[in-house]
Amino acid sequence: MKKLIYRLGVSAALFVSALLIENESVKLILFIVSYIFAGGDVVKRAVRNISRGNVFDENFLMAIASIGAFLIGEAPEGVGVMLFYQVGEAFQSYAVGQSRKSIASLMDIRPDYANVKIGDELIKKDPDEVKPGDIIVVKAGEKVPLDGKVTEGTSMLDTSALTGESVPRKITVGDELLSGCINVNGVITAEVTKEFEESTVSKILDLVENASSKKSKSEQFITRFARYYTPVVVIIAAILAVLPPLVIKGATFSDWIYRALAFLVVSCPCALVISVPLSFFGGIGGASKKGILVKGSNYLEALSKTEIAVFDKTGTLTKGVFNVQEVHSIGMSEQELLELTAYAESYSNHPISLSLKRAYDNDIDNDKISDVEEISGHGVFAVVGGKKVLAGNDKLMDRNNISYSKVEQDGTVVYVAVDNVYAGYILISDEIKEDAADAISRLKQAGIRQVVMLTGDTKTAGESVARKLGVDRVYTELLPGDKVKIVEELIGEKSATGKLAFAGDGINDAPVLARADIGIAMGVLGSDAAIEAADIVIMTDEPSKIATAMNISQKTSKIANENIVFAIAVKVFILILSATGLATMWAAVFADVGVAIIAILNSFRALNVKNIK
Amino acid sequence: MKKKFILEGLDCANCAAKIEREISELNGVDSASVNLMTTKLFIEGDEEKMPEITRIAEKIVNKYEPEVVFKKA
Repeated sequence: MKKLIYRLGVSAALFVSALLIENESVKLILFIVSYIFAGGDVVKRAVRNISRGNVFDENFLMAIASIGAFLIGEAPEGVGVMLFYQVGEAFQSYAVGQSRKSIASLMDIRPDYANVKIGDELIKKDPDEVKPGDIIVVKAGEKVPLDGKVTEGTSMLDTSALTGESVPRKITVGDELLSGCINVNGVITAEVTKEFEESTVSKILDLVENASSKKSKSEQFITRFARYYTPVVVIIAAILAVLPPLVIKGATFSDWIYRALAFLVVSCPCALVISVPLSFFGGIGGASKKGILVKGSNYLEALSKTEIAVFDKTGTLTKGVFNVQEVHSIGMSEQELLELTAYAESYSNHPISLSLKRAYDNDIDNDKISDVEEISGHGVFAVVGGKKVLAGNDKLMDRNNISYSKVEQDGTVVYVAVDNVYAGYILISDEIKEDAADAISRLKQAGIRQVVMLTGDTKTAGESVARKLGVDRVYTELLPGDKVKIVEELIGEKSATGKLAFAGDGINDAPVLARADIGIAMGVLGSDAAIEAADIVIMTDEPSKIATAMNISQKTSKIANENIVFAIAVKVFILILSATGLATMWAAVFADVGVAIIAILNSFRALNVKNIK
Repeated sequence: MKKKFILEGLDCANCAAKIEREISELNGVDSASVNLMTTKLFIEGDEEKMPEITRIAEKIVNKYEPEVVFKKA
């Protein structure tokens, strides 16, 4: 790269001095030397590529255009074409290099070593060689090399490389430790739970490295365009050089060959072809800075055309953490009712049961419980301290002929009967995420026609959440299999070019993620199944990041389209001017290199996501 | 089966497109894609034909971009 810049500098100096010198033969020699400095390698490559059967490549075209200019006595143009063509090429590889660097900094999360504790000794090992069950120590400032569970120590963890979240997270004994994070202070000892290959950091690196192997529609369009553009322009150039002088009276070969050579200058499509993937690469890079990983430029492009956004409720729009909201007892204290219910449900690991145990917040004495019977789809029966406790939904009460009053409230209601007498109910509900409503209103602003929510919850609970969030349509009481069917129906409702995006937390919804045009998995730090099934992975659990991703995708697509329209328009304009003899070769080469540089600079904007919420 | 190669020094988008097209038209190849940004080439195709495909793919890369180093990843 540096060598090329020196060469071009020498060439440019020789070129300028040639322009200033009066003596014609010295002038020509200086032009030729300047040309060799600027384009010797291009000519060499052109010759070599022809011998390999690769005609019509840009080396060949530029060599013909510039040598042709020399032959018709326009030496300055010949040098100028080559010089500026090379400047454009140098700028292109600079741009690609810059873009790669921005991704390389993302790759910085790769850990170099792990401190493995063997006996009392710490041994530095390659993360590849560490096995699950090994004990590792992460010191302050080090990267967490493998996924594990903290066994000793408390510290703050910088997760920004993974999540884009700048506030450090506190971790302590028993917490899950994710590879790729940086330990800010304190020393942590942890037991490794996954091999390096399976660890979060490997999964993410793999995802980033293999991103954009799937190409967007605009990339496909531009490569197809380039495939026909060059041969067509070359053929027209050949016709221009020969036909008019033979047909039109007074037309000279030198004039028309000059026009044809100007044509060849504009025939190289490379800048056009590179500006589009460069835009998407920038968009993908920018998104990853925000903790949004996109698996290919096709998905980033598709996201900008989303018409229908479908959300899973639990874990996506709500926190997926159930909490006891209300205890309503009859004939006993609230604490007593909670205690009996928590005991009765103590054998279950259902989120509802867990929330009851959490709310009770005392030790459960297992000796007090007997005859536990789970009644699937209804609830549970147990004898607690000699009392017969029934806890479950309305169906359980109906089944046991217990008279109770139905409660119409958001959330899940657990009815309780003690010794066959109704004793009250406990209301449990999930909390809506802070940014959920904002996410939905921003998605609508970004042009989404319909926001749909799917949930396995009851009608009352689901509809109440939907109302609070401003969701347009809600499907409730779904079984896991129903979700795919509904998404398929909704896909039928969108327009031909529109897309449907589905966002879920990645638990149990891999088939839906796969079926939607764009599957978005969120809050998946640690869940590799979701990382694999989704097209877009959001590292945090904020639904508002989906709106962010949508804004980034719209900006990126717009930049790519601007580049396509602008570059093609300028090229066609110059072709027309050259054909009619209004544009000189100078104008052609300036316009061509200029367009390339402007398009590339424009594509750099895609990487800048600072101001995108 | 899917194979991954590194095309070290790949800089030209148009050449990348040509390489991708020519390799994907090879006998036994289901799909081929070149990612200019990560300089990677992915080939998906018949397992038994892979050694032959790899050999021809290297030739194709060489034809369009003689400076590029073709590496197994």
